[in-house]
Amino acid sequence: MTPEEQNFMRKIEAEEKIEPKDWMPEAYRKNLIRQISQHAHSEVIGMQPEGNWITRAPSLRRKAVLLSKVQDEAGHGLYLYSAAETLGISRSEMIEQLQTGKAKYSSIFNYPTLTWADVAAIGWLVDGAAIVNQVSLQRTSYGPYSRGMIRICKEESFHQRQGYEAMLALAKGSPEQKAMAQDALNRFYWPALMMFGPHDSESAHSQKSMEWKIKRETNDDLRQKFIDQTVKQIEVLGLEHPDQNLKWNEERGHYDSSDLNWDEFWSVINGNGHCNRQRIEHHVAAHEEGEWVRDAIAAYNEKKRAKQAQNAA
Amino acid sequence: MSDAIKAATLEYATRLGDDSVVLGHRISEWVSYGPFLEEDIAYGNVALDYIGRARMFYTYAAELADDGRTEDDFAYMRSDRDYRNLLLMEMPKGDFAYSQVRQLFADVYYTVMLPELLQSKDETLSAIAAKAIKETKYHLRRSREWVMRLGDGTEESHKRTQKAVDALWGFTHELFDMDETEQMLADAGIGVDVSKLRDTWLKMVSDILTEATLTVPEDDWAVRGGRTGYHTEHLGHMLTEMQIVHRSYPGCQW
Repeated sequence: MTPEEQNFMRKIEAEEKIEPKDWMPEAYRKNLIRQISQHAHSEVIGMQPEGNWITRAPSLRRKAVLLSKVQDEAGHGLYLYSAAETLGISRSEMIEQLQTGKAKYSSIFNYPTLTWADVAAIGWLVDGAAIVNQVSLQRTSYGPYSRGMIRICKEESFHQRQGYEAMLALAKGSPEQKAMAQDALNRFYWPALMMFGPHDSESAHSQKSMEWKIKRETNDDLRQKFIDQTVKQIEVLGLEHPDQNLKWNEERGHYDSSDLNWDEFWSVINGNGHCNRQRIEHHVAAHEEGEWVRDAIAAYNEKKRAKQAQNAA
Repeated sequence: MSDAIKAATLEYATRLGDDSVVLGHRISEWVSYGPFLEEDIAYGNVALDYIGRARMFYTYAAELADDGRTEDDFAYMRSDRDYRNLLLMEMPKGDFAYSQVRQLFADVYYTVMLPELLQSKDETLSAIAAKAIKETKYHLRRSREWVMRLGDGTEESHKRTQKAVDALWGFTHELFDMDETEQMLADAGIGVDVSKLRDTWLKMVSDILTEATLTVPEDDWAVRGGRTGYHTEHLGHMLTEMQIVHRSYPGCQW
């Protein structure tokens, strides 16, 4: 090990944060860029399935809450892009990677939001799963990412509460509303569990990430936490648990549950979800339609600079 | 409050609520479609302000109506022929220039109108105005900057922005129309006499357009009808989308 490497590993072991100007192994940098940008893209693409319901929200209060939530997601995207930029990649490069499929976003957003209850289910389950992961990431070794996570966690827990509260209103509502809630739970429960990523044994990036303390807990441990915490929530809603094999295991102190359908997981990631193409096309279309606007800003600023220079001369 | 004044105030609060909900809805259509992420956030923010205003106006209308209706009954259970919003607010979002020009026209309108509403003898209307004034200050700063950049940006942005100004100009005249209801409220010191505000509005808008190298259109056409429920074809579609879930499950709580 070079002295630089030794110093880096010493900091990691002593739980000191790595900061943008510190020396870091190239692979650490790359791994972080991959993870943070994927996280940022997820926030941004996640605006679409929820945005799909802003114009149809069933009450003014729900409309306001949803608008505010989607706006928060965009804000999270911004912090995370900024955190990734500290590692020497630009936002436009990241956007290009997203649009060309080189960078990924959470596959949960490849599933369609078909009813109003889906918006509630996303808030409750998807944001809920995200928080379990993000709480753990507050202790990640890279300073800007860790600080971003602390901020994001506060807002996400508000999202999760409002999602659950919206779900509760449906579950305690009319028979049609309750059916809508059950249907949303049935569709989003499994993909939410898959948000934690493949089993530890199958996860390409896990081991190194754990060693460098980019990730603090394994995919399977985090998933188990989420499974456990969700059981009681489903009970309170009075809905049927989608997993027929769920059983408390006294010895482990956890719930045992069904194996996940990983074939479906990989199939959706690889392009067979209902919305994979739609999400990227939407992003590309908005970006391309915005090009003349971005050009206008550049031209305007250029004219202003020229004028100022002329006045100064 | 006399019955006549009360009925007029109810109608007035409904009108102002309609303006807010319709414009808020149109702005919200931009979320995830902006030219960059910061604009998605800004649009969400402005939409949120307008939905908030709509809720305040409708809540007050519901209180005056005192017939068991709620803010949501006003927003979701009235059809386009019952809506009383200004036509400018209901025009489809169009391109970015179109939405920003509409926003400028609306923001300047609220900049001149809200300080008058603040003086209202009606405490609720005055309180709503007090809150809205702060928001509008920020909205105008934003739409003014955008029109400046787009008007004086590239050839294409200039062309698009001028086209938007021309396309929307005819819808701005009814912003300053008065009818019997509003006249009665203005006379009672409750409502705003908007007919007195057009000169200030025109001066402010003209200054901004001119600085942005845009041409102020001639006043040679005007479309009117929002306050009587005589809308463009666009509002029906907008409300169909907005009201679909609420109306599909009558009487439900959300």
